Amino acid sequence: MSVVTLTMNGRLISARQGESLLQAAREHGIEIPTLCHLDGLEPLGGCRLCLVEVRGSPRPLPACLTQASEGLVVETDTAALVEYRRMIVELLLAERAHTCSVCVRNGRCELQAMAARLGVDHVRFEYRYRLLPLDASHERFTLDHNRCILCRRCVRVCDAVEGAHTWDVCFRGINGRVVSDLDRPWGESTSCTGCGKCVHLCPTGALSRTVDVGDEAARERASLLRILERRAGIREEGA
Amino acid sequence: MTGTELAVLAEAEDRRRRGGEQRLLVCCGSPCMAAGAESVLSALRGRLAASGMATEPDLVGTGCRGPCSRGPLLTVQRRDETDAIFEHATPELAVAVVDALSRGADLPGEGRLPERFPFLTCQTRIVLANCGLIDPDEMGQYIGAGGYNALARVLHDMSPEEVCAAVSASGLRGRGGAGYPTGLKWQLVRKERRDRRFVIANGDEGDPGAYMDRALMEADPHRILEGMAIAGYAVGAEEGYLYVRGEYPLAARRLGKAIAAAERTGILGSRVLDSRFRFRIFLRMGAGAFVCGEETALLASVMGHRGEPHSRPPYPSRQGLWGCPTLINNVETFANIPAVISMGAEAFAAVGTAASSGTKVFALCGELVNTGLIEVPLGTPLRRIVYDIGGGLPDGREFKAAQTGGPSGGCIPAAQLDVPMDYEALQALGSIMGSGGLIVMGEGSCMVDIARYFMGFCMEESCGKCVPCRAGTFELFRMLDRMANGIARPGDMEDLERLCRMVRETSLCGLGMSAPNPVLSTLRWFRDEYETHLRERRCPAGRCAMNGEAVPCPS
Repeated sequence: MSVVTLTMNGRLISARQGESLLQAAREHGIEIPTLCHLDGLEPLGGCRLCLVEVRGSPRPLPACLTQASEGLVVETDTAALVEYRRMIVELLLAERAHTCSVCVRNGRCELQAMAARLGVDHVRFEYRYRLLPLDASHERFTLDHNRCILCRRCVRVCDAVEGAHTWDVCFRGINGRVVSDLDRPWGESTSCTGCGKCVHLCPTGALSRTVDVGDEAARERASLLRILERRAGIREEGA
Repeated sequence: MTGTELAVLAEAEDRRRRGGEQRLLVCCGSPCMAAGAESVLSALRGRLAASGMATEPDLVGTGCRGPCSRGPLLTVQRRDETDAIFEHATPELAVAVVDALSRGADLPGEGRLPERFPFLTCQTRIVLANCGLIDPDEMGQYIGAGGYNALARVLHDMSPEEVCAAVSASGLRGRGGAGYPTGLKWQLVRKERRDRRFVIANGDEGDPGAYMDRALMEADPHRILEGMAIAGYAVGAEEGYLYVRGEYPLAARRLGKAIAAAERTGILGSRVLDSRFRFRIFLRMGAGAFVCGEETALLASVMGHRGEPHSRPPYPSRQGLWGCPTLINNVETFANIPAVISMGAEAFAAVGTAASSGTKVFALCGELVNTGLIEVPLGTPLRRIVYDIGGGLPDGREFKAAQTGGPSGGCIPAAQLDVPMDYEALQALGSIMGSGGLIVMGEGSCMVDIARYFMGFCMEESCGKCVPCRAGTFELFRMLDRMANGIARPGDMEDLERLCRMVRETSLCGLGMSAPNPVLSTLRWFRDEYETHLRERRCPAGRCAMNGEAVPCPS
């Protein structure tokens, strides 16, 4: 495999031919933000956070979809790019109801972390305030459209890794939303295997485990009982 | 069918037409159909059958004739006389015309377009040469007008390289809007080292007010098929797809008929015109998404996926349909190809300007005396189109702006009326040539309202794949909506411009990249109007509601 040399943020770095700029940057400790990309999934180029400036290109290019090639001169953190990224995060926050305080992912949310990382301390756009439905029909998982950023990780992992293609996107533009099967409740999906890959990859609280009901709660209690049992044993020994 | 048979057929058609004394042409394009062309046609048919004339005139239902606002149009062609064109034709008029013809009397004097009607005489019709003059459902009439001659010549006398070279030499540029050199695109596809290649004609026209492609597909479908077959031969493709917008059922029906007729006679199929070239064309209907006019979204739609664009590169010329090299041109570009071959590249390049050769079809609409479909050489001044062809604005109203390029384009102000209509000149003014929609506006139009309308269109049509287009057009629409309702916030103007730049720079495909153009171009020429809306909470044109209430966003 041939190696190419390019300049990133003024530094000469080497990359494998055919590798994306995003991968090349990561290998050299340069973090380019992204919310939709995950190694191993088909690159989408949807969130536009990984846009970088490439000399000779009239407009910024997505690092996840741009291949490293010999002699490229790339800037990943210019003032314009940082401003665009902030606006993208603000647009996402205004688009749906991302109310962190009552979100299951509060503190572990990638959108929240991205906002903090980019210094988004207010949103200049008017919030949409549109209450979207919540699908809690699945016995173990919940889908909350209000937290979805349409990154389509769930769609891609379900299709490419699990091979079920339960998820897809329905409607378009601002009204787009992910649907299971042909827009049936998740719980009634005949293709869903219940593997949970979508939940594990969801960057926000859109997909989560329904931990408070059913079997899940019972298992939580069983493990706690085991801990208590051990604790009781230790106490006995100490006595 | 061989080249000789083609010539024999053309001659027979020519003789048949000469034999008839008169022809009656009824425009059956969508606008005239909507105005009642069907009833005119059946009245003519009924009266002709009852009249018992010795040599019954040819009755032809044609495609678009041009002056759509005057429809339904009835043209009477008589030997050795200039054509008589009746506007707003009615069944009663049809009866009167047939009676006059059967008696050999003079035709009714009322309701006729002037003999030298500038709308028709100021045009140069190359692409629309047959439009309104032949029956689109009769392949023989297209052949009689010289159709499929270019294809026969290409197959028998030219190598694929020579065809590509001829198209390059003609200087033809893509008519879909961006103006990419057609010959260059063909050569790119030709050079790819793959066995399987495709040709796609993009008939997914969606700009509000634009209907050039529809008229072309409805009026002269065989010309598009011929252009596609020539392209297939030149780039080495054996399969072509014709992608027609779902809202154009009439165009799709006529194209389907044309394809079937061409296959039946061996003009398309496994031995095209008795050569060793094999070419088939498949029809694909869209499902009502504007974004499918974007080439990568169109590819997805043809392959049966959700109509969404993907990032380029790879360009379709390298990886298109099912990963194979694919040539995508607009239907109007393909309709130019037979003319490039039969006129010769030099003669074609002599029309228009040096950098933009040939003609362009425009759908002329808005506040004009005459609206309709026109074809003029590229580089024709806007003033000539508006005042000579369009007849100026009604009631002597003042010209304010002309909108070109639909939701991807911009407005040209009155001060720039002398701009030559070519790719570069329009771009320099912050607009684009686009596919050919041309909307003329008078003093009663508000530029904020126009920008708001187009932004609403882009918001509705965004596929939602990338954030700037999905959420950005939504926020832009809300800002413009606030301005139009007199409830804009002080910082809205700056936010509007900043967000426009961001959406333009960061969107994934052409839809998002160009969505801010109507705002940016109206801001450039009519900034004071925005200021008045914002600071004085007043609409100078009296168009915006300014009622202090936001219109609820579509859910």
